[in-house]
Amino acid sequence: MGVQKLPLAKAINESLRTALENDPKVLIMGEDVGKLGGVFRVTDGLQKDFGEERVIDTPLAESGIVGTAIGLALRGYRPVVEIQFDGFVFPAYDQIVTQLAKMHARALGKIKMPVVIRIPYGGGIGAVEHHSESPEALFAHVAGLKVVSPSNSSDAYWMMQQAIQSNDPVIFFEPKRRYWDKSEVDKDAIPGPLHKAQVVREGTDLTLAAYGPMVKVCLEAAAAAAEEGKSLEVVDLRSMSPIDFDTVQSSVEKTRRLVVVHEAPVFLGTGAEIAARITERCFYHLEAPVLRVGGYHAPYPPARLEEEYLPGLDRVLDTVDRSLAY
Amino acid sequence: MTVESTAARTPRRSSTSGGKRASAKKAAPKKGTEPELVQLLTPEGKRVKNAQYDEYVAGITADDLRGLYRDMVLTRRFDAEATSLQRQGELGLWASLLGQEAAQIGSGRATRDDDYVFPTYREHGVAWCRGVDPTNLLGMFRGVNNGGWDPNTNNFHLYTIVIGSQTLHATGYAMGVAKDGADSAVIAYFGDGASSQGDVAEAFTFSAVYNAPVVFFCQNNQWAISEPTEKQTRVPLYQRAQGYGFPGVRVDGNDVLAVLAVTKWALERARTGEGPALIEAFTYRMGAHTTSDDPSKYRNDDERVAWEAKDPILRLKAYLESEGHADEGFFAELEAESEALGKRVREVVRAMPDPDLMAIFENAYADGHALVDEERAQFAAYQASFADEGGK
Repeated sequence: MGVQKLPLAKAINESLRTALENDPKVLIMGEDVGKLGGVFRVTDGLQKDFGEERVIDTPLAESGIVGTAIGLALRGYRPVVEIQFDGFVFPAYDQIVTQLAKMHARALGKIKMPVVIRIPYGGGIGAVEHHSESPEALFAHVAGLKVVSPSNSSDAYWMMQQAIQSNDPVIFFEPKRRYWDKSEVDKDAIPGPLHKAQVVREGTDLTLAAYGPMVKVCLEAAAAAAEEGKSLEVVDLRSMSPIDFDTVQSSVEKTRRLVVVHEAPVFLGTGAEIAARITERCFYHLEAPVLRVGGYHAPYPPARLEEEYLPGLDRVLDTVDRSLAY
Repeated sequence: MTVESTAARTPRRSSTSGGKRASAKKAAPKKGTEPELVQLLTPEGKRVKNAQYDEYVAGITADDLRGLYRDMVLTRRFDAEATSLQRQGELGLWASLLGQEAAQIGSGRATRDDDYVFPTYREHGVAWCRGVDPTNLLGMFRGVNNGGWDPNTNNFHLYTIVIGSQTLHATGYAMGVAKDGADSAVIAYFGDGASSQGDVAEAFTFSAVYNAPVVFFCQNNQWAISEPTEKQTRVPLYQRAQGYGFPGVRVDGNDVLAVLAVTKWALERARTGEGPALIEAFTYRMGAHTTSDDPSKYRNDDERVAWEAKDPILRLKAYLESEGHADEGFFAELEAESEALGKRVREVVRAMPDPDLMAIFENAYADGHALVDEERAQFAAYQASFADEGGK
């Protein structure tokens, strides 16, 4: 198969195809995932090739999608369900939090819950409300769930394979504004662990930690900073539950400064957890407090304002400067 | 299977439901009026004929009838013991099934071993029928676990406390049964209060759309804590099924024979690919919602007295006696068995060990989680720091 250059959405599509081929217990479920191939075409062509029994168009009911996926998992299936957009997950939030997350523990480990919930998330595509949110912290906060988000096509391909093979429920956040970004996928590679962070650019002056859609912004910020003679390291967290603090810690011990970047509101967000843990782990290494760049404590704004709301190059670089000024 | 063809098998509905356009006020069920329901045994214990459902209990023997009676008596005894244990401080809470024995035993005995049951948190009688040791049901009420049994041992899922969630799990499981080409069925229990939940509506939708082999068994015990059924619905609950395209039937929930027959009918339909059905077992919660509840605040004694006359156990006893199916010896033996069960339950509960401290972290994840590992180690170290003081 070798190395191919694929858009992120296509990488997920091929990953789902591989999973359907390899394991007859894998099912795809969701609104419009069949004939249409999903509103982003991530499941394009799968129903045609695997049939309506494997790629299942569901009624328009998110709690029903997740609740029946739980039942199918109890019967030995491995459902991969699609929630059409981030803001639509909340009707299913009860099933995810009170049922899916706790089933394994309540049964004293006797039953497993291999359910993947795919959520296209985040802003930057000019959508109407409820189509641009980043609710990952709400899920990462819940014990029993694992939460991941790829930032590139290779991770999208491999992390989806690993999420489907996981015996724990995985909330798989897909950075929808990166769906069309192409990057290389090596289908013969041996992927690293699902929850391991990766240093995607080495640097010495400051660490930028991000995931999903913000990794690209951070890489661009690091490239811009390099022109000003600043060396920024970029860590792609890849997983928000668990978080690979060891990799972040190693980076911060080297650079002594950390800025966490995400689209989600900063308040009580993933960045807050990273700031607290890294402060605890690296107190004597830090030259500056851990700073965060992210969304505001306000509803996600109308599309005409989102470019100002979303962390961009300038906001990231301003915060880098604040950190370096300590 | 089309909607039309399932509708053709729909049992006759209440005459109040069809034809004339009624105002919303008129359509609401009037409290105190006797609903039309499937009944095979009158409250006095007289066998009445039913053209549609008699065939499902045609082969029933005197031995079977004594078995149903025994199940109800022992379940009531177990329930009474659990209530006492709560009063004695041995359980944190108990949800009594008093009055609902026929609904649970009748439906539970209709299931086959390879069927799968999704209960709410009051299905102690169904658990009994499935062979779950009753003492296993007490762990969560004592506070030593949050479930505590392997659902696959008896095809009896864990109790679900969030109202109505399990109806979707049952539907998904049934979709899996159909995919596997198996001929077993699934039954989901819920109450009249749960019928208001969106999940129950979504379960009806999914089960109908996928023709899933699932039976929805609603025990309408008239009260959702303090809210009467009128606060949940303006139409009789069994009629809801019609809107989803599958049959609904109301059965006398205090008539174990009728419940057995109707549930067998519904399960057989499901097994033979005819899709879901809704059974409304019209019954009454004789006790409180749970031991934390005080029904005297919201309902009067007259209602309870009226329902006591329909007691499911006395009804079958009268029938057994009038038919000569059981003698004094049988009842005396059962009484002794009841006492022995009560004693065993008492002893097992009191001897139930507290869970290991580290149980907090056990089974949070199947494949492990770095944060859990870290916090487990911290917790263990903290506990170990008390070792010198004789702590755990």
